[in-house]
Amino acid sequence: MNAFSGFVIKEFKQIYRDRRTLLVLFGMPVIMVLLFGFAIRNEVSSARIAVLDHSKDEVTRSIIQQIAASGSFELAGYVTSYDEIEPLFRKGAIKEVVVFEANFERNLTRDGTANIQIITDATDPNLANLLQAYTSRIIQDYTTSLNQEEQIQQKAGIRPAVRMMYNPELRSVNLFVPGLIAVILMLISTLMTSISITREKEMGNMEILLVSPLKPYHIIIGKVLPYLVLSVVNVISILILADLVFGVPFEGSYILFFLQAMLFIVTALSLGVFISTVANNQQTAMMISLAGLLLPTVLLSGFIFPVASMPEVLQWISHVIPAKWFLIIVRDIMLKGSGLAFLWEETLILMGITLFFIGLSLKKFNVRLQ
Amino acid sequence: MSEAIIKTENLTRTFGNFIAVDNITFDVKPGEIFGFLGANGAGKTTAMKMLTGLLKPSSGKALVSGKDVYTETEGIKKSIGYMSQKFSLYDDLTVDENIRFYGGIYGIPHAELSHKVSRVVDSVGLNEVRKKLVASLPLGWKQKLAFSISILHNPAIVFLDEPTGGVDPITRRQFWESIYEASNNGITVFVTTHYMDEAEYCDRVSIMVDGKIEALDTPDGLRQTYSTQSIEEVFITLARSAKRGGT
Amino acid sequence: MPIVQINQLYKTFGNIEALTGIDIRIEEGELFGFIGPDGAGKTTLFRTLTSLLVPDSGSVSVLGLDVVRDYKKIRPLLGYMPGRFSLYQDLSVEENMRFFASVFGTTIEENYELVRPIYHQLEPFKKRLAGNLSGGMKQKLALSCALIHKPELLLLDEPSTGVDAVSRKELWEMLGVLKEGGMSIIVSTPYMDEAKLCDRIALMQDGQILQVDTPARIVSSFGRPLLGVKSASKYKLIRSLKQYPHVYSVHPFGEYTHYTDRRDHPDPESLKAYLRNCGLDDITIKEIQPDIEDSFVELLTKEKAYV
Repeated sequence: MNAFSGFVIKEFKQIYRDRRTLLVLFGMPVIMVLLFGFAIRNEVSSARIAVLDHSKDEVTRSIIQQIAASGSFELAGYVTSYDEIEPLFRKGAIKEVVVFEANFERNLTRDGTANIQIITDATDPNLANLLQAYTSRIIQDYTTSLNQEEQIQQKAGIRPAVRMMYNPELRSVNLFVPGLIAVILMLISTLMTSISITREKEMGNMEILLVSPLKPYHIIIGKVLPYLVLSVVNVISILILADLVFGVPFEGSYILFFLQAMLFIVTALSLGVFISTVANNQQTAMMISLAGLLLPTVLLSGFIFPVASMPEVLQWISHVIPAKWFLIIVRDIMLKGSGLAFLWEETLILMGITLFFIGLSLKKFNVRLQ
Repeated sequence: MSEAIIKTENLTRTFGNFIAVDNITFDVKPGEIFGFLGANGAGKTTAMKMLTGLLKPSSGKALVSGKDVYTETEGIKKSIGYMSQKFSLYDDLTVDENIRFYGGIYGIPHAELSHKVSRVVDSVGLNEVRKKLVASLPLGWKQKLAFSISILHNPAIVFLDEPTGGVDPITRRQFWESIYEASNNGITVFVTTHYMDEAEYCDRVSIMVDGKIEALDTPDGLRQTYSTQSIEEVFITLARSAKRGGT
Repeated sequence: MPIVQINQLYKTFGNIEALTGIDIRIEEGELFGFIGPDGAGKTTLFRTLTSLLVPDSGSVSVLGLDVVRDYKKIRPLLGYMPGRFSLYQDLSVEENMRFFASVFGTTIEENYELVRPIYHQLEPFKKRLAGNLSGGMKQKLALSCALIHKPELLLLDEPSTGVDAVSRKELWEMLGVLKEGGMSIIVSTPYMDEAKLCDRIALMQDGQILQVDTPARIVSSFGRPLLGVKSASKYKLIRSLKQYPHVYSVHPFGEYTHYTDRRDHPDPESLKAYLRNCGLDDITIKEIQPDIEDSFVELLTKEKAYV
């Protein structure tokens, strides 16, 4: 058995014996997918609303019924005057009030326009926007059907027809799953690799390894190999979960996806090795990995918050975060079914970042203790 | 004969099935320098923890300064001094600040504190560096400081846990001179060490093996009983027959 | 050919001068000891010899090769046991051995004869995880792992620190056996009594070498006649001796306090009388042979001013 394979075997044994960490490494992706899928959502279901109906005619009743039956709203009750609205908002009992003007149906049939006021609790602006959008759409749909039935002449000029491509139901789990893959790969590959190498340094074993025929790249590859395997297993398990439990679509090519995933894994691993060359103990490695890498990745890569809505400075910063490019690639493959023809730019950028960090790590990997 | 300042009778401590300290009985005389020897795992640390009120015995009796280790641990802690292996100094505080801090902990009245701080600094010869961070002091000075702090409140007994690791022979001797001084001033010194030659500095020495005290005598007496030239050889003879520690 | 040759080695870390002007020459087949307390520079020296640190200035050659230029050639030829043993705590005894053997391109079986005296004590525990071994056992395992590839030079940095007295003795017995087999060994230790077991020793303090010689010659170069003085009260004795007009040095050494006089021929009788005058009784004074520790203490006193 030669030096390298002996080294790799040792690494696998050590990881396998650390049952607690192993549990976390395998269990965490599962838990995160379930968490993000079930608990954390951007969409709306059963938002409580109230109605202030000055008209109380057939049309208003139909509209209210549509809203209540939409599945996104829960009709909490009716109010009879504007004064009642604010206390309800303050209590947090409702998130929106729909107000119909008096003589709604008559105005609509006679003049072709009627007014509806949608008042939303905007303490959570994202939610408020969504609620408004949903409500408007329901009203829109109703108006269209009404037009077709009763040929009511519309005075409004341009009416945009909205269609949500690739994720028509606006399900947030579709947004998160690709991002989760990136985050978990960063966690396992970068964090664990950097910790594993610095642990050798901390325990003093690195000294002995250096004073031996083992070459530096032997050590690096040997350290990195187990986490490569682990990462691939995790990617597969996330995809399976996402499909079976949440029905996240996978439109594109599996082969392309795995190749890209491997590329990103190598990126994350090389980052882990690089961190270990600048950190001297596990604590430092962990801090740099978490605070310096994971946090920006979660916040700035487009995982949850869209890059486009960030201030320009942060958008520039997000360019250097590898996960940002990987997220574009993965989302495009999974949700849009894009092929390499559309993704070659991002792929090239990711490759470039990877090669840069590999080169840097090899150069910085110290064959000495200082 | 004066009353023993530490008195144990069949003192025992078990952890599950494991008997860490096995029925030890011994006395320490006031003003004595008592050396407590034994290999790692022999039960020294456990025994010391019981005497300093940190661990309750499983059975047996022990009185420290006349106080019962079962019921009067707070009283014991107030009347003893303790110096750990790592010296228990705060590296990022100055010499002054360390003395002041421990003075406060030991309940030295505020009025006396400044005076005491100066006295300690003088006696240890750290006048030049009193405003310096402890981290910048050489090991030997830290050691002296730690010892002075451990007897700041004039305890009747001071417990020293492996106090002289790693220092050079001269610093080590200077440290023992300060132990002699403390002993001369009536403080009983209970010291554990694995430097067998330091056993020679003690008035009496006990050697623990597998939780039991296998030997207790003056250094001279031990050498004569086991017909050896040094305490180390006594230790080796006893330790070779030990069942614990080797595996 | 010397197995190690160091000329004017200097090494500084920040504002700590770890090694200042080290000159030394170690021959093949020697059991050479670096003796000195923490902070003397022993570990820095070892790391330089194993090419893990680069000297600031000076030249260091090991096995005829330069440690800076030829580090790749040197490393496979060394058996290195750094402080704290550096074993893999979560691998078993056997797995540790197998790993280190494979790293050096050999197997346990190939050089078994060399490590057998040490390893056979561990064999009953070969499936046990290294983390669950006692200090003495870890030490033996670390030594076996350092030897398994039949190095040309064995470097042991404080192998007996943190280990009980019995294991320390056993370790040095093993080193003696290895030396007889022709192995060149360089050891560092803070224990003076282990110095006697080396062929030659270098006394180190604060980055400098105070003296290099055989233990016997270092002891015989002790400058003055040494007296051991015993009395009932050690503290009073030391104080009184320090105030004696002809005193050169006073050091507690356990039962007897070691005393040297400024004069070439000390006068025990008048010393005894003086001590009795100071109020001491039960006084014994005898001439004693100095040993390594006395020499070290004497050298140190010359070098440094002590508080």
